[in-house]
This record gives sequence, C-alpha cells and structure tokens, in this order.
Amino acid sequence: MVALAAHEDIESILALVKDPEIPVLSIADLGIIRRIEEGEDGRVAVVITPTYSGCPATEVIEADIADMLKLHGVSDFEIRSEISPAWTTDWITAEGRRKLEEYGIAPPASKGKAALLGHEGVICPQCKSTNTDRVSEFGSTACKAQYKCLDCLEPFDYFKCV
Amino acid sequence: MTDNDMLFDYLLRLGDNSLILGQRLAEWCGHAPMLEEDLALTNIGLDLLGQARMFLSYAGEVEGKGRDEDRLAYFRDTKDWRNLLLLEQPNGDFAATMARQFFFDSFQYLQFEALARSSDERLAGIAAKSLKETTYHRRHSTDWIIRLGDGTDESHEKMQRAIDAIWGYLPEMFDMDAVDDAMVADGIGVDVTALRTAWDGYVNDVLAEATLIRPEDSWSVRGSRDGKHSEHLGYILAEMQFLPRAYPDAKW
Repeated sequence: MVALAAHEDIESILALVKDPEIPVLSIADLGIIRRIEEGEDGRVAVVITPTYSGCPATEVIEADIADMLKLHGVSDFEIRSEISPAWTTDWITAEGRRKLEEYGIAPPASKGKAALLGHEGVICPQCKSTNTDRVSEFGSTACKAQYKCLDCLEPFDYFKCV
Repeated sequence: MTDNDMLFDYLLRLGDNSLILGQRLAEWCGHAPMLEEDLALTNIGLDLLGQARMFLSYAGEVEGKGRDEDRLAYFRDTKDWRNLLLLEQPNGDFAATMARQFFFDSFQYLQFEALARSSDERLAGIAAKSLKETTYHRRHSTDWIIRLGDGTDESHEKMQRAIDAIWGYLPEMFDMDAVDDAMVADGIGVDVTALRTAWDGYVNDVLAEATLIRPEDSWSVRGSRDGKHSEHLGYILAEMQFLPRAYPDAKW
C-alpha cells in the first residue's frame, strides 16, 4: 500500500504542471501523461507523449515536470517520451474540456475520425451557438484552429480534433 | 548495401522530405498574403520539422555511427540528401507554393497511411502520429487549390500555370529503386506504385472541382534517390546549415 500512496503522490505533483501554451490546463487534463512507473528501488519513470510532432511546448513540459518533481523532493526519476499510440484529443479529460471552454477555447467537438474528415459542429465558447464558421485551419499554436461565431460575432480559438 | 544501410537510406528519404519542405515553408514566415496563412504555413512547417526529427533520430540510431538528428540535418552536403526534387523547388508565388504542397500532401497522406502498417514498429508509430497532421495539411492545400482554381480569372490562370510548371517533378514520387524494393520485401516500406491509383483519384477530383486541367505527362525530372539534386538544394542548405557549420560547438 505504501507504493500506491507514493504513486498517488507523483500523480498529484504532476497535476500541478501546467501546459505552457494553455496555462489553464494541467498536463494531466491534456492527457499527455501515459504512465507512472515505480521501480522497486523507488526510482520513478514518468512516461509522456507529445501532442503534435513539432510542438515546441514538449521540451518545456519535460523541463517543467523535472522542476516540479525536484521541488517536491523527488530526485530519482526519469522522463521518457513515447509516440505510440499517438496522442488523441479524446484523451483530454472532462475537467480539461470544461476548463478550455471557460477560458474561451472551444474544446474538440467530436471523436477523432469524424472531425478529421471535416464533419464538425463547433460550439461558440461565448454564446454556445452552433452557428460558427472556420476562419483558418491553423491558429496560434499547432493544436488550434481559428473560428468565428456568426451569432455573437466573437472570433475564438478551437482545439482541433486529432 | 546491407539491410541496415538500406533502412538508413529509406529513413533519410522520409526525414529529408519533411525537413526540406518544412524549411521552404518557414521562408514564408512574415511574407504570406495574409496573417492566417502566415500562421498556417509556419504551423505546417513545424509539423514537418517535428516529423523530420523523428525520422532522422531513428536514421542516426540505425546507422550506428553516433550521428544524431542535428548532425544529419546540418552536416550533410547536397549529394547525401534524399528529399524529392519537388520539395526543394522555390516557393515562387502563393499558387506555386500551394501546387507543390497539394501534390505532396496528397502523396504523403497515402504514404503515411501505408507506413502506419509497417512491420517496423517505430516507423509505424512515427507514421501513425504524422498522418494525423498530414490530414490537416491536405485539407488546407485542397481548399486553396479549389478556391484559387475556381476563383477569379487571374487566380485560375496563376494556379493552372503553377500546376503546369511543377508537373514533371511529380513522377519521382512514384519511383521505386533497390532500396524501396528491399524495404517492401521486408514489410517495412511502402510500394509507392500501389498508391498511384488512389493519388490519381483524389487529385483528379480536386482538380475537376477547381476547374483546373490536369497537364499531360510530357516531361519528368528525377535523381534524388541517387543524391542528384537541382541547384536549389545547395542554397537551402547554405542558409539552413550556416550557423552550426560556422560555430560547430555552439549550444543554446
């Protein structure tokens, strides 16, 4: 049971690490922590996965995880990155989706494949209208597209499905 | 060539395609016709750069001579590069950039889709991840081909001219040499000739919707698999490799 408690500790420490580009989300909300492994010698391995291949936040996130673990007295650890299975927006938690919407970013509308094929019903995070239009497939970060609401006229970011 | 040499060469082809096109797209930064496109082209370039890093890191490990992704990107000369000639062609105007992008996106989408089933797990993982990004790239360039082709007289004319100018660089995508054959035989690589029908189908549909004419297959240029490139690659490398070559031990 000691190991389990320690595992939960690591999890709660990691929950304090924010996404550097969308700081309302923790990396746990984003679903990029794949596993926490604890060896019998007490060494901790944190396995994460990148969101996009070229996402510049990935290296910052690794450094932030290391800093946060050290800050909480965990010194014997390694951080590994795995690309398979590939990250999907389906791994963003319900809590993460709620935080995104409150922050003014429309959360991914539907499960991966349908959205990839372009069948999206993007909801305006301001007025909740579905009468929205895509301005551009690409936005301020790799994971976002630009939309506008045709009812309240607000432009907004949309977290793309992948 | 040993099996290992062939896998190394194959991974270079994949990585170099992504890296050189990504580098070309980065040239648009601050110059695109509108802000949204400036963001789009650089975002796509960044995806490609990320893909290149994964392919080249793996290539370096396969080679086993201690070369990492940076060593491969910054310390190879033109004859050692394996990217398609298409991808090193200059950006030209926006229509030329979109023509190059559309034909390659349509190819890379099918290539990654097939590579995601590779018997090489690491390669399959990179392809599966990259395919998600390429899906958006293809959708973006497809939208522009239709919008410009089926747009004003001027946009139509420029789009058609761009397609005609690049057409002869496309057959190289579907070439197979001894390395490709060996990779297919091992279940690692893709038989690109088998992608041709699907590529033709997609491209023909989009060109028809864009009211553009598919050019005749009257000329073709090739050579990348043997390291024979157009003069443009040298200029790309001169710019891309300058800093690490001038200051080889520089660290951030």
